Amino acid sequence: MIRFSHVTKEYPRTGTALSDVSFFINKGEFVFLTGPSGAGKSTILKLVYMEEKPTSGEVKVASHYATLIKRRDVSMFRRTLGVVFQDFRLLEDRTIEQNVAFALEVTGAPHGSISPKVSRLLTQVGLGSKSNNFPRELSGGEQQRVAIARALVNDPFVLIADEPSGNLDDRATRGIFQLLRDINSAGTAVIMATHNLDLVRRADLRVIEINRGKLVFDSGETTLAPPGRAPAANG
Amino acid sequence: MRLTIRESLLAFKRAPLLSALSILTIAFSLFAFGLFALVALNVSTALREVEERVEIRAFVTDGTTRETIETASGDIAAFPEVQNSATVTPEEALAKARKELGEFQDVFDAAVLPASIDIHLKPGFRDPATVKAVAARIQSYPFVEEVRYGEEWVAKLNTIRNIATAAGIALGIAFAAVAVIIIGATIRMAVLARAREISIMKMVGATDGFIRRPFLVEGLAKGLIGGALALLLTYFASSLISTYMMRTTFFTWQLALLGALCGGLIGLFGSALSVGRHLRKI
Repeated sequence: MIRFSHVTKEYPRTGTALSDVSFFINKGEFVFLTGPSGAGKSTILKLVYMEEKPTSGEVKVASHYATLIKRRDVSMFRRTLGVVFQDFRLLEDRTIEQNVAFALEVTGAPHGSISPKVSRLLTQVGLGSKSNNFPRELSGGEQQRVAIARALVNDPFVLIADEPSGNLDDRATRGIFQLLRDINSAGTAVIMATHNLDLVRRADLRVIEINRGKLVFDSGETTLAPPGRAPAANG
Repeated sequence: MRLTIRESLLAFKRAPLLSALSILTIAFSLFAFGLFALVALNVSTALREVEERVEIRAFVTDGTTRETIETASGDIAAFPEVQNSATVTPEEALAKARKELGEFQDVFDAAVLPASIDIHLKPGFRDPATVKAVAARIQSYPFVEEVRYGEEWVAKLNTIRNIATAAGIALGIAFAAVAVIIIGATIRMAVLARAREISIMKMVGATDGFIRRPFLVEGLAKGLIGGALALLLTYFASSLISTYMMRTTFFTWQLALLGALCGGLIGLFGSALSVGRHLRKI
């Protein structure tokens, strides 16, 4: 489903961000992407949602090749995945209901279908009663739930989460992680970048570790049943 | 479409000061353009009035019969360049001279003045070369003694008109460019103010065209409002000048409408430039 083959990414100013990274992520997998800040986690995620193109090597996501995809097709491709960030990226001047609806509106969803879908998603993330609040009236954990609801509007095949709990306390972190697991068990693959090692250790899921742009550890593809290997080199 | 209009209106509501400022800047740059266009219009109207006075006068040898002169005048009137041609008898010439020139007050003998044929050319044929060619053709009649057509005056008028046209085009382009740059800059501010929103839109899969549309509508609306405002200002300026200084002609309503539409087009163009630049970068 997602294949990185010998991917190298260089930026003109900052130099090499990734060097010869290869991995494969299956349909419906839950993968942690770990490593210190600046190791290249975000670069990998940007390559997955095709905000960046590899300098060399090939990235293939679903049926799209990063080196071949056209600008217009990137927009269509993005509608098949969901992305959430550490800083939530909500629009402060709209209610959370409008924030979620916005993602459907900009993709030209039929008007009548938007409202029911938005309230279903807000209920799913546990915010059904706060649909008319503005983002600043919500806690960090709740704001991240809004962002997740927004990422789910197009029924993505993969949810990409870049440090989703980076700004949250332990309790909220656990809540968000549980929500992501629920989403995953409904069939959506999840790639979660984090440097919260406690979370990673406890979870017993696939781990890909990046350091200085190199893949230093991969606990292996999970196919039908998760093999349940804990990361060894992560201490 | 409904979403596009909603988003464009929201842009005005969110940043009323910035919107008002950009409309005013557009209005003033188009006002400067409008004032210049008004000057150009009045200069060209004045020139046309002067041009209409350009005439060729063919003096006829004494003793030519009236019939011959009338026939020749009819022939000349049929030239493709000629608007009208009229014969002037010595008596008519004298009457005119007595009316216009003081020193003819005491002259009563019409025989001192020759008969003539006065020819007006059609608009578009009043340039020096054509005037000269027509004059030469009239000169070829055996009974025509002399042809006068104010050669120098025709050439001078032509030069003035050419300079006015060239200056008009150059300044028009300059003012239009200034307006495009200003609109581009104000839309750029609006784009940057909404950079976060644009990045979110890109993230959830909005196409470039979709993101661009509200900004284009915004630019078009600002341009149109600015254009209408500029038109109003120009109209006030024109009536002030008419009242206190000199009679001026204002644009016809078609031309005025065209001016306001140009404002809209400039707005559209300016915003297309700056949104396009932003979208290429992200």
